[in-house]
Amino acid sequence: MPASLVEGASLLAIDVGTASTRAVLFDIVEGSYRFVASGQAPSTAEAPFQDIGSGVKDAIKNLEEVTGHTLLDGGNVIIPTQPDGSGIDTVAAIISAGPVLKTAVVGLLSDVSLYSALRLASTTYTRVVETIGLNDPRLPEEIIDNLIRIKPDLVVIAGGTDGGATRSVQKLLEIVGLSCYLLTNDNRPAILFAGNQEMKKEVSELLGNLSSLLQFGPNIRPSLENEDLGPASRQLAQLQIGILKNQLRGTEELEVWAGGHILPSAYAQGRMIRFLSRAFGAAKGLLGVDIGASATTIAAGFNGDLSLNVYPQFGLGEYLPEILKYTTIEEITQWLPIEIPARLVHDSIYERSLYPTTVPTTKEDQAVTQAIARQALRLAIQAAKQYFPPEAKILREDLLPLFEPIIAGGGILSDARPGQSLLMLLDALQPVGVTTITLDQNRLLPILGVAGEKNTLLPIQVLESGAFLNTGTVISVISSTSFGTPVLRATLIYNDGNEVNTEIKFGNLEIMPLKQGLTAKLKLQPLRRADVGLGPGRGGIIPVGGGALGVIIDARGRPIQLPEDPGRRRELIKKWTWTVGG
Amino acid sequence: MRAPVTHMLPLTSIVRERLLPIPGEVHVKLNQTVSPGDVIAEAHFAREHILLEVARKLEVSNQAADRLIRCKVGERLQKDALVAEKKGLIPKRITAPQPGRVVAAGGGQVLLELGESTIELKASLPGKITQVIPERGAVIQATGALIQGIWGNGRIDTGLMLSLIEEPDAVITPDRLDVSLRGSIILAGQCYDGQVLQAAAELPARGLILSSLPPSLLPLAIQMRYPIIVIDGFSRLPMNQTAYKILSTNTKREVSINAERMDRRTGKRPEIVIPLPVSQQPPEPRSIDTLAPGQQVRMRRAPHSGVVGILENIRPGLSTLPSGLRVPAAEVKLENNEQILVPLVNLEIIG
Repeated sequence: MPASLVEGASLLAIDVGTASTRAVLFDIVEGSYRFVASGQAPSTAEAPFQDIGSGVKDAIKNLEEVTGHTLLDGGNVIIPTQPDGSGIDTVAAIISAGPVLKTAVVGLLSDVSLYSALRLASTTYTRVVETIGLNDPRLPEEIIDNLIRIKPDLVVIAGGTDGGATRSVQKLLEIVGLSCYLLTNDNRPAILFAGNQEMKKEVSELLGNLSSLLQFGPNIRPSLENEDLGPASRQLAQLQIGILKNQLRGTEELEVWAGGHILPSAYAQGRMIRFLSRAFGAAKGLLGVDIGASATTIAAGFNGDLSLNVYPQFGLGEYLPEILKYTTIEEITQWLPIEIPARLVHDSIYERSLYPTTVPTTKEDQAVTQAIARQALRLAIQAAKQYFPPEAKILREDLLPLFEPIIAGGGILSDARPGQSLLMLLDALQPVGVTTITLDQNRLLPILGVAGEKNTLLPIQVLESGAFLNTGTVISVISSTSFGTPVLRATLIYNDGNEVNTEIKFGNLEIMPLKQGLTAKLKLQPLRRADVGLGPGRGGIIPVGGGALGVIIDARGRPIQLPEDPGRRRELIKKWTWTVGG
Repeated sequence: MRAPVTHMLPLTSIVRERLLPIPGEVHVKLNQTVSPGDVIAEAHFAREHILLEVARKLEVSNQAADRLIRCKVGERLQKDALVAEKKGLIPKRITAPQPGRVVAAGGGQVLLELGESTIELKASLPGKITQVIPERGAVIQATGALIQGIWGNGRIDTGLMLSLIEEPDAVITPDRLDVSLRGSIILAGQCYDGQVLQAAAELPARGLILSSLPPSLLPLAIQMRYPIIVIDGFSRLPMNQTAYKILSTNTKREVSINAERMDRRTGKRPEIVIPLPVSQQPPEPRSIDTLAPGQQVRMRRAPHSGVVGILENIRPGLSTLPSGLRVPAAEVKLENNEQILVPLVNLEIIG
C-alpha cells in the first residue's frame, strides 16, 4: 500500500448502485494519483436489508481484503489516515440506488418553460407522471385530484423569465399548493423552483410549509431564447440526495463520511463529461454512456456544454419490462447470434426485473442480456439525440453527431470481453466518422465526477494513468451500396515504416492490429463515394491510436441494416463477434 | 455471503404489519382474534374536488373575496348552499354546485371535496392483534404454513383450498375448472391460457395458486377480482417441490391468499398462509441469512430458474461460468442428484 505523499491525498469513493455497491481507492503512486483497487458487494438498499450502509461496509471490507489496508474500525470509516497507515484521508460518494422519483413538472408554455422543466427532470432518476402547463385544458380541480392520486415525490416548477410573468406562475403555484395541502404530511413532495427569481419569496410563503423539502435553483429559462439547465441541475441533484436521505437508510451516514460530497451517479457522470468536453475542445462532441440497472444515462458534451439524459425506462434492472413500451421483442432478438425463441426472451425480461442482481450463467443467457442491452442503449441514444445542440457537427440528419471520444461504462460492459463490449457499443450507438471508444471497466467516470469536487487534480491524473481501457480507433463507413461491394481501401502505416493494407467490403467489420499505447498513420481511400467522416468519397491520412483491439473499420453502413433472413442475420452477427474476438 | 430468504415453511410464526396508506380509524384491539376478511381499519378520502374561484366570479380582489366567503373550513355544504356573497346594487352569490365539505378557503378561492370513498384494510391473515398502530393499522400474529410468491394481482381472499394438480409440473386448462370448485382457492400449477383465468372468475373462485404465468397474461390477471398468486416465475416453470409438498398436503384446509404486489423496498411479497393449530409458538423465520452448505436454495436465473436444491459447497475465490464470467459461486445439488455451479448472487435461501 503506497503511502500518501501529501496531506489529504488518499480518497475512498463509494458507489451505491441498484445491484452492487463498490468501494474504490485512489492514492498517490509515484507522484501522481492512481486508481489503486476496488471492492464490491451486493447493494442492500432494498428489502430485506433496507439500509445501504450494510452493502457499503461489505464493499469496504472487500476492498480491505484486496489491498490489505485497514479502512474500517467498528463499522466506521477511519478518517483521516492514521500514523499506523490505516484509514483514509477523504471520502466521496455517488448513488444510483433507490426508487426512481415520481415527478410532476410545472411550467408556463409547453415549448418554453415546461419543455425546460421536463429537460431538467430528465437529468436525474425521475419518471415524469404529470405535466402541468398554462394551457392545460383540464380544470384546476382535475389537476389537483390527479396530483393527490399520484402523490409525486418531486415537483419541478419553472416559468416566468426573470422579471417577467408572475401572475400566471402564481396560478400554477396555487394548484400545486392546494394539492400539497390536501396530501398528508408524509406524502408531501419535495419541490424545486427554477423559475422567475423574483418570485422566491412568494414561493417560499406559499409552498414552504407544504413540501417535504423546498429548494430554489437559478431560472432555467432566464429569457425566452435562453435555456440554462446547468446550475439548476446541481440543485436538483442535491434535492435528490435530500429525498434519498428520507427514503433510504444509511444515506445520511454516508453523507457524513463524505463531508457532504455525495451526488447522484448520473449527475456526477455528467459533471465529468462536461469537464472533459471543455478539455478536449470543440471540434467534435464527447459522449459518455452508462448502462446500469437503475437507468441508462447519456451524457454528451459539446464545447463545454452538457446534454445529460437519464432513462430509467431503459435501465436493465427492476424497470426492464418498460422497455417493451418502446420496442418489440423482435427488435431485441434481431441482435442475437443464436436462435432463442422470442417467448423466452420476453419471459426473461420479466424474470430479470424480479432479480436485477443476478448474472448470466450460460452463453445463451449472456447473449440475451447483451441483446437487451444493445436495444436499451439504442433507444436511449435515439431519445437523447433530439436534445443535442443544433451546432453539433453531423454527417447526416438521421445519424449521431461526430463524437471523440466515446466513453462507456456499466455492469454489462464490465462483465463482457472487450470485443463483445465494443460490438455492443457499435451496434447500439452506431457512431460515425473517426472516433475512439474507451471502456470504463471500473466505472470510474462518475466517481471521478464527485472526486473532482474534493480534489481537482485527481480526475485528471487518474484519466491519464490508463485506468480506462481504450479499445482502439473506430472508422465508420457510410455508404448506400450493396452488401459485399468494396467501399474502402485502408493502409495502416506503423511508426517503424511497416504497412498493412486492406480492402473492406460493405457489410463487414475489420480489425487492423495496433497495440495499446502505439500510434500510426491510417491512409483512407473511400470507394463509391463512401463517407468516413471526411466527406463523400474523400480520403486522407489520419493519425490513429492503438488499443485493446487496434484500428476497427466498421463498414456495416449507417444505420446498420441487418438481413431480414434470421439464419443469415445470425451468421453475420456471429462473424462480426468472431472478428472482434467476442 | 448473505442472501435473501424466501419463506416456504410448513409451520412457522407469521407477523405482519398491516397499515392504511392514509390516517384513518383502527377498529381492532390488542389481543383481539381476527379473520382474514375482517376490516381492521378504514380511512375516508375524497376522490374529487371543486375549486370555486370566488374572487374571479365576484370580480373583486382576493382579499376582498376572502371577506365575502360565508363558509368555513370543515363545514359540510348542501347543494346550492351559500359559499360567498357580494351585496350592493347588483348582488352576486356563489353557491355550492354539489354537496361537499369545505377543505380550504382563502386567497379568493374555496376548495370543496365531493363525496367520500372508503379504504378498508383487511386483516389478510387469521391471527391475533399484537400491536395497534393508532390511526394506521395493526400488527397481526398467526401460526401456520407460509409460502411466498413472486407475483400477485393485488387481491386478498380466503377459502377452502382444492387441488387440480397431481404433479408439480401440471398445466392447468380451462376444461378442468368446473362447478365443484365454486368458492374455493384452486391449486392450479402452470397456466398458459387466459381462459383459465376467465373460467375461474366465472365460477367464481376465491383464489388461484399458480407456479408460473406468462407475462402476456399479467394484464388479464390484474383485472381479475379474485387473488392470483404466482409462486415460481414467469417462464414455463413447474412448481418447486418444497411449495408443492406444503400445498398438496394441506388441501381441503382453509387458506388465505394475500396477493399483494412484491415491493422490493419494503419487502412485501404475495403470500399464502394456511392457519394451523400449535401447542407451542414456533419461531419467526429470518428474512436474511448467510449462505452455507446444507441450506435449501432456489435458483433465480436461467437455466435452472425456480428450481430448488441443496447448497453443497461454496467455492473459494472466483469460479468461471460457461458465460465466461468469473464470480463467487457454489455447487448446488438438484433433486435428480445433478450437481450444478451457480453464482452466489443467483441464489436465494428457502426457509
